[in-house]
Amino acid sequence: MAAVSSGTAKVTLPTDEQILITREFDAPKHLVYRAWTTPELVRRWWHANRGEMTVCEIDLRVGGTWRYVMIADGGLEVGFHGEYREIVPNERLVSTEVYEGIPDAEEHAAVDILTLTEADGRTTLTILVEHPTKDGRDAHINSGMEAGMQDAMDLLEEVAASLA
Amino acid sequence: MARAATTADAFNAVAEPRRRQILDVLAAGERPVNDLVVQLGLAQPQVSKHLRVLREVGAVEVREAGRQRLYRLNGAALKPIHDWVKEYERLWSERFDELDVVLEQLQEKEAEDGSSE
Repeated sequence: MAAVSSGTAKVTLPTDEQILITREFDAPKHLVYRAWTTPELVRRWWHANRGEMTVCEIDLRVGGTWRYVMIADGGLEVGFHGEYREIVPNERLVSTEVYEGIPDAEEHAAVDILTLTEADGRTTLTILVEHPTKDGRDAHINSGMEAGMQDAMDLLEEVAASLA
Repeated sequence: MARAATTADAFNAVAEPRRRQILDVLAAGERPVNDLVVQLGLAQPQVSKHLRVLREVGAVEVREAGRQRLYRLNGAALKPIHDWVKEYERLWSERFDELDVVLEQLQEKEAEDGSSE
């Protein structure tokens, strides 16, 4: 909370099947990579203040798997998992990503390509999420929306309670 | 919650790559249909068909100017799409704000240790 934000995330939809997320960080890339791939550190940011991360498993090797689960403050549980396909330490990480909240989740696995580029001690992070289908891509975006809606509902509840 | 798709909503209208191309061209300003035909390299009946779909959802508007019909973009009709992605963007923004805090601490620790591995 104390840190000054380096800017907001930029999300674009380059094609029907893709999501591109971009953000710059005021830190060298080896630290961004460490924060991205160390479970104790991931647990501290991945929740996005929307709940508690209950599972954070990272087996960082090609063919190794990862799994993140969060219980949002309203009780909604969202889980994601995948397998690492390509690892270039501090620079590039390719993995699959399955959103566990949709039917036939495994068939809709996306491929995530994380890239870190450093210039003058600052790091540009990009995540390209490639889905096999447009529907899968849309469901993925909805997963963020549902957690966000939950978040908004909780806030509303708090405000309502404070007025009572 | 999740968006409900209908046959005539903005999401459907922009699902077609050619229609997105039309919107891109119109984003630069009003155009007659002939300009779109040239820029897209499509036959006029096809362009007109796409324009009809875009007009049905209000993404494109048309006005008569002399003998020409000029088409223009109406960004407000695309707002549902913008809002939809916005929520996802907000999730990542908040995630990254937390990541900033972690990174700041990692940098402090590295400075204290006097090594940068």
